[in-house]
Amino acid sequence: MFYFLTMPRTLSAPVTVAFDYTRSTGPVVGRFLTGLRDGVLVAGRTSAGDVVVPPLEFDPGTHEATADFVEVAPVGTVTSWSWVPEPVAGQPFDRPFAFALVTLDGATRPFFHAVDVASPAQMSTGMRVRVRWAEERVGHINDIACFEPLPAGDAAATAGAAANQSAVDEDPQREPTPVTGVITPVSLDYVYAASPEESAFYSALLEGKIVGQRCPTCQKVYVPPRSACPADGVAPTELVELPDTGTLTTFCIVNVPFLGQKITPPYVSAYVLLDGADIAFLHLILDIPADEVRMGMRVKAVWKPRDEWGTTIENIDHFRPTGEPDADYDTYKHHL
Amino acid sequence: MRDVAVVGFAQRQMEEFDGSPTCVEMLVPLFAECYEQTGWNRHDIGFWCSGSSDYLAGRSFSFVSAVDAIGVIPPINESHVEMDAAWALYEAWLKIQTGEVDTALVYGFGKASAGVLRRTLALQLDPYSMTPLWPDTVSLAGIQARTGIEAGVWDERAMAEVVNRSLTDAEKNEYAIRKGGSSVEELLARPMYADPLRKHDCSPVTDGAAAIILAADDRARSVADRPAWITGLAHNVDPISMGNRDLTRSPSTAAAVRGLDLGGVEVAELHAPFSHQELVLRTELGLADDVAINPSGGALAGNPMFTGGLIRFGEAAKKVWDGSADKVLAHATSGPALQQNLVCVMEGREKAEH
Repeated sequence: MFYFLTMPRTLSAPVTVAFDYTRSTGPVVGRFLTGLRDGVLVAGRTSAGDVVVPPLEFDPGTHEATADFVEVAPVGTVTSWSWVPEPVAGQPFDRPFAFALVTLDGATRPFFHAVDVASPAQMSTGMRVRVRWAEERVGHINDIACFEPLPAGDAAATAGAAANQSAVDEDPQREPTPVTGVITPVSLDYVYAASPEESAFYSALLEGKIVGQRCPTCQKVYVPPRSACPADGVAPTELVELPDTGTLTTFCIVNVPFLGQKITPPYVSAYVLLDGADIAFLHLILDIPADEVRMGMRVKAVWKPRDEWGTTIENIDHFRPTGEPDADYDTYKHHL
Repeated sequence: MRDVAVVGFAQRQMEEFDGSPTCVEMLVPLFAECYEQTGWNRHDIGFWCSGSSDYLAGRSFSFVSAVDAIGVIPPINESHVEMDAAWALYEAWLKIQTGEVDTALVYGFGKASAGVLRRTLALQLDPYSMTPLWPDTVSLAGIQARTGIEAGVWDERAMAEVVNRSLTDAEKNEYAIRKGGSSVEELLARPMYADPLRKHDCSPVTDGAAAIILAADDRARSVADRPAWITGLAHNVDPISMGNRDLTRSPSTAAAVRGLDLGGVEVAELHAPFSHQELVLRTELGLADDVAINPSGGALAGNPMFTGGLIRFGEAAKKVWDGSADKVLAHATSGPALQQNLVCVMEGREKAEH
């Protein structure tokens, strides 16, 4: 009887890349966001007479900075829309809704935002909608939670019936401090796959082995293996097993604490050239005082207990000195 | 101006690439195909330019990793754009025009399936008023499609005709990941997805890569019987805001072709990721009814992010190479709802002065 071992061609793992983007607004966008915080919609008037929400930073005709601001109504008319059947993370709703262009009363150009309705049958171009403000307003586009249909019989249900634009109120009581910056968290989820060569490397680590790749053109051995020799651009044809001993080529003593640091400084981060490899890789040097670490020192991997191994380079806890005589400079000078 | 031609092209398209998003593994055989077509090797290439994005890869400096596929000893002359690789081709064409180099290899790559493409692309929008709402690509296209439908500029039937023709033509394209025409009636009977768009109105999420070799003057003549000579190349841009442009038009496409001679174009490969966008482009380009549109099946059959536009160049150039057309047009788009547009005219004959 034959048993087929079926494995995916490559290893993969979920990865989330996240960053809180912090941006200054400048005076025009800041004016708009200050308005949102204060519950008013600030538009800009262009030299061509258009009233635009959010205001454009610079006039499309004259290229002058926008300086003519007007308030427009929190009520408007849908001019186009699309149903969102499968919302993605971060959108205004996690249930189906509509994105729409809404021309606010007093504006001449439409504004993009969400409309909260239960089905596309409740959406139509020409429908009247009003702003639903967020419970807490901070000076951010999300101060507008969404638009919602105007209830039947509402005085503003007919276009043009609502209050039209008015000059922006400079009432100092309403504007203690203008909004000058926004923070927008961005988080993206990926399934990150390793290349077949990287997958072989990580799978071998699970067996306590280190695998590299020999370039068929230049015969150099890379570890970790790559999908192409970076010198020659040719795909690898041969994977080679490497020992867990090598020579420290260069190093630095880490004295500076940083966020996420796992070891108390000072400690040594070093390039280790495994015996038989042509490129050094970065790892940690322990079991020796930092000030005794030196170039050419012979080192050996210290593996974690086998039951802690995974498909990760962290199976090697660190490298330690072997006690052998230091390697001659000529044996590693080409790898610095 | 130097005469520059497309003399090499290779591509890959797939629903889901199961390798690293650096795409080195895909690029090595693509470059090998281009070398085989020209008889050149990497040392014959004067300039390298790629199109890709770290947001697609989910890692930093993915374009630097991709350079492994080239081989960089001795060092190479290299650049990168975070746009469709058609814009990398534009940069390479300019580089050749400067006289600094005679040849260039342009490539693009992307593993869109690693993340949620329509969400990731929200990061190309205005960071104050748009990105925080995470407007997805499909919704923005849906708003554009409805604008045209309700203005009477196009209708759902015209969109379905685009889809039916594209998926029928895609049957002959070995790289197409969505193919198989049916009928306009059958397509219209399918359910709405992002009303007013049906799923077939939207290009499929596609992983892939492509590479093109450009060469000037005698370098091109020496490696191809019928180089696809670039006789016109221009690009232009519209405002990014959805509210400050006429979504039924593409002024940037019209502006790009203003200085180009489109008379006699027989084949046009248009980069229209949504069915109605082909209708917008056809109008702006003023293409005659007998022009063959997207005989490859176009983006609706496969649209690898950062490569979908460059593939249009390759598909159009192939029509010149094989003698089936004397004059072709390639178009690429980037940004939301056809914001940026690049148009190229290629011909089998060199310009009149030669």
